[in-house]
Amino acid sequence: MTNLLAITLKETKAYFSTPSAYIVGAMFLVLTGVFFVFDVSKPFAEAGVRGLSDWASFFIVFLAPLITMKLLAEEQKLGTLELLLTSPVREWEVVLGKYLASLLMLLAIQSVTLYYVFIVYFFGNPDTGPVISAYIGLVLHGAAALAIGMLGSSLSGNQIVSAVVATAILLIFSFINRVSSLVDGSVAEFISALSMNARLSDFSRGVIDLSHVVYFLSIVGIFLFLSIRSLETRRWR
Amino acid sequence: MIDAIDITKFYGDFPAVTGLSFSVEQGEILGFLGPNGAGKSTTMKILTGFIPPSSGTAKIAGYDIVEQSLQARKHIGYLPETVPLYEDMAVSDYLTFMGQIRGMSSSQVKTRIDEVVQLCRLEEYKDTIIGKLSKGYRQRVGISQAILHEPDVLVLDEPTIGIDPIQVVETRQLIKDLGEDHTLILSSHILPEVSMICDRVIIIHEGQIVAVDDPTNLGTNLAGVERVELEVKGPNREIMPALELIGGVQVIERVPVTGGAYHRYQITVDMGKDLRHELATMVVNSGWELLKLQSLGMSLEEIFLRLTIEEEQLPNPTGEMS
Repeated sequence: MTNLLAITLKETKAYFSTPSAYIVGAMFLVLTGVFFVFDVSKPFAEAGVRGLSDWASFFIVFLAPLITMKLLAEEQKLGTLELLLTSPVREWEVVLGKYLASLLMLLAIQSVTLYYVFIVYFFGNPDTGPVISAYIGLVLHGAAALAIGMLGSSLSGNQIVSAVVATAILLIFSFINRVSSLVDGSVAEFISALSMNARLSDFSRGVIDLSHVVYFLSIVGIFLFLSIRSLETRRWR
Repeated sequence: MIDAIDITKFYGDFPAVTGLSFSVEQGEILGFLGPNGAGKSTTMKILTGFIPPSSGTAKIAGYDIVEQSLQARKHIGYLPETVPLYEDMAVSDYLTFMGQIRGMSSSQVKTRIDEVVQLCRLEEYKDTIIGKLSKGYRQRVGISQAILHEPDVLVLDEPTIGIDPIQVVETRQLIKDLGEDHTLILSSHILPEVSMICDRVIIIHEGQIVAVDDPTNLGTNLAGVERVELEVKGPNREIMPALELIGGVQVIERVPVTGGAYHRYQITVDMGKDLRHELATMVVNSGWELLKLQSLGMSLEEIFLRLTIEEEQLPNPTGEMS
């Protein structure tokens, strides 16, 4: 446990002391900000965050891998993984510790968007329920995206490769529901059940479905497990 | 303190080390000497539990590196050859982190950092970002993290490679001092360095131990052997006695061959003698068919020669610029 906390603390410090995380955060805020402005300046715009959360989860697909890409890839490239794994530290402590740091970073970035929520409340009278559910969806989706990014980072010593692999996996999970219309029956059901987008739109509409929560948490669990496995097998190669 | 038992490691089909067995007593400094690519780093990585051996095992302070890896790792301080460090951390932050993941309490970490920083003469650079340090100082940070948690066993892989001559001298002295209260394994491809620092030397070549000796004996007791492999088509009963008659042949070993109407022999000959010509002439003159005649690997003398030459190519180790 102390190992895990030490790793989380070290990675969190690294995020806040290096420019790359700030750049990713700024990109996220600029993009969501622009689309937020488009959304609320439409005639008869709805006082809510639905448009904001939809765009935010779309950009997460591209930005989460940029947050996680260095976590394990850099250790492999620099060789520091050798010192880390020859210390009395377990692989799961390394993966989970780093994952928690990336989650803290993402939460910090996402929390800045609360400023837009403040604006909506200041100028309008939104329904609070959907605002809360949209943010729960945003956090769950972000957590799942980071876990997938973690796997990407464990697979390669090259950060670009790590980010591209993770983005590809995330895009498949996001848009696989489009494929389900091409097939029918239980296959179609299965495919649309895998999709993140269908579930996210429920959250932004104000629905918190327990199965959606379980879905996102399962993605986190499965991909962190795969990352730990991937790290373990690196030793055996 | 360290017991390596028949360690073998394959990378794919390539044997990096084969059948390595040795032990290091408490308080001993063992030198691992061999040319580049001999399997030194692989052995270090196996001993520290970074990669598992394909077969065999090792015990560190009584703990098996495969079965009780976590326990074994607690007793090891390790400096890999490439000195991997987190470039964007300050020296003291880095050492704090390394201390924490080795289970030291924050007060322990604090006092130990002051001690190791003093020992490695890094006081002025405690708050410097590691990425800004020169190679020699990075090396000291590497050694600092290895000794931080007061491990029983220190494993240093090529600790003087790539640093300037004056720092080499200082580093060697530092290692010698560390050897007084640690069990230490040091790898090097520089013969004089090993004889200067170590109590005992293992010479490793192509993944196998070719000699174990006291460093002072290394130069004088270099009476080695050379081996030749021979494949001949002919009657074994006649070949063996004929081979024995050749002057300089010490031992003839017949190696079983599966499927093939020929015989294979490994012949040990006197050091420094090349008997390939005599062997070939004998086989042909007797009317047998010579299928293969090959010198087996490098002799101890050649390895020794290579090690000595590599040192001469490096800067003068005494620190005087030549």
